[in-house]
Amino acid sequence: MCLAVPGKVLERQDMLATIEVGGVTRKVSLMLLPEAQVGDFVLIHAGFAVQRIDEEEAEKTLALFKELEEYAANE
Amino acid sequence: MLQMNNEEIRKAADFFTQEIAKLAGNRSVRLMEVCGTHTVAIFKAGIRQLLPENVELVSGPGCPVCVTPNNYLDTAIAYSRKSDVMIATFGDMLKVPGSSSTLAAEKAQGADIRIVYSSLEGLELAKRYPNKKVIFLAVGFETTAPTAAAAVLMAEVEKITNFYLLSSHKLVPPALRALLSSGDSKVDGFLLPGHVSAMIGLAPYEFLSKEYNTPAVVAGFEPLDILQSVYMLLRQLDCGVAKVENQYRRIVPKEGNPAACEVLSTVYQAADAQWRGIGHLKKSGLAMQEKYQKFDALLNIPVAVEETKEAKGCQCGNVLRGLVLPAACPLFGKTCKPEHPIGSCMVSIEGTCAAWYKYGAGRWQV
Ligand code: SF4
Repeated sequence: MCLAVPGKVLERQDMLATIEVGGVTRKVSLMLLPEAQVGDFVLIHAGFAVQRIDEEEAEKTLALFKELEEYAANE
Repeated sequence: MLQMNNEEIRKAADFFTQEIAKLAGNRSVRLMEVCGTHTVAIFKAGIRQLLPENVELVSGPGCPVCVTPNNYLDTAIAYSRKSDVMIATFGDMLKVPGSSSTLAAEKAQGADIRIVYSSLEGLELAKRYPNKKVIFLAVGFETTAPTAAAAVLMAEVEKITNFYLLSSHKLVPPALRALLSSGDSKVDGFLLPGHVSAMIGLAPYEFLSKEYNTPAVVAGFEPLDILQSVYMLLRQLDCGVAKVENQYRRIVPKEGNPAACEVLSTVYQAADAQWRGIGHLKKSGLAMQEKYQKFDALLNIPVAVEETKEAKGCQCGNVLRGLVLPAACPLFGKTCKPEHPIGSCMVSIEGTCAAWYKYGAGRWQV
């Protein structure tokens, strides 16, 4: 029930957004995330966008994992 | 979101498992994953098997269906039997056993019960069926509660008068406090729920480290996120520090989601609440603010509810507090299976018993 999925904001009209999730588009409410912009990646839960996905932080996580993997390889 | 190939993932996972084993040394460590989505991810990825035996992961009270008390189900079932009522609910509530029936059984006998994916769909039903009282079963934690609150605000704006909530929302931090203050769970650290934290931020967990000296890490849901979070917890334990760290920064800002918190506090206020198997916890749930009480089903639609009975032998309460593993329940895998759940922990895919049954098969039958 608490499952949330990421999607991309394609269009917004007032408090309603069209969001692409895994190739399918859905209408999602922006009432809980009024600052969402077209092009943003957002987390969607129960019909609402609930948080922006920080792409920079996502990149950092990925970079960290890759760094650790090198560390493990050299040990 | 995180795109790595299998080889890269395996190597990073190797790094974390090795470091975890080094940091743990010989000491026994008990970590609790609070959230049901974590429980499923941990089982799916086989993370328990990757950890050394002395690092134990136990599931906490973070599956919303599991902590919803029998009495709530009995009330929803009683409402569903009224001819002027339509129930709108998330699908996972259907099979949860009440004292003597389930919503699924009532639906099979003709009760008007509709499955929705969002509170707003409940609101749409209310518009489409003006002659029905549409009751949305509002359960879940701080991730879901703002979505129910948002539907109430929309109903208010659109002057919809046949939409109600039967509310049993729960708050995560008071449950953690109850676990720690009872002392019997003996948890050395918490993997905090990522999506709840995306809403409330980090501040509400500060008491874990400040008052209980217990480390906590807000964790993401990919296998590597979980391994990294376990590693971060062990690092804290190894250094003898306790703080709230954030592994899931790509989704969880320190301050959470202010708009969601505002919607929530506009409609709701903290109130005492009953948790299945855990009992009555102070300020651990939500009650509607006076202005919105016209949307509260219980306050506006009278109903006679049968006396609540607990399923004999079910250990859900102990499972939810991390005191026993599902296999210790005499009913597990015998009379209690996902097709015929006796307790709530076997119903939802996020339930601990269901996860053990589905992913632990062959291992729990020692
Ligand atoms: S196995 Fe079934 S009866 Fe036993 S604790 Fe789990 S849900 Fe309850």
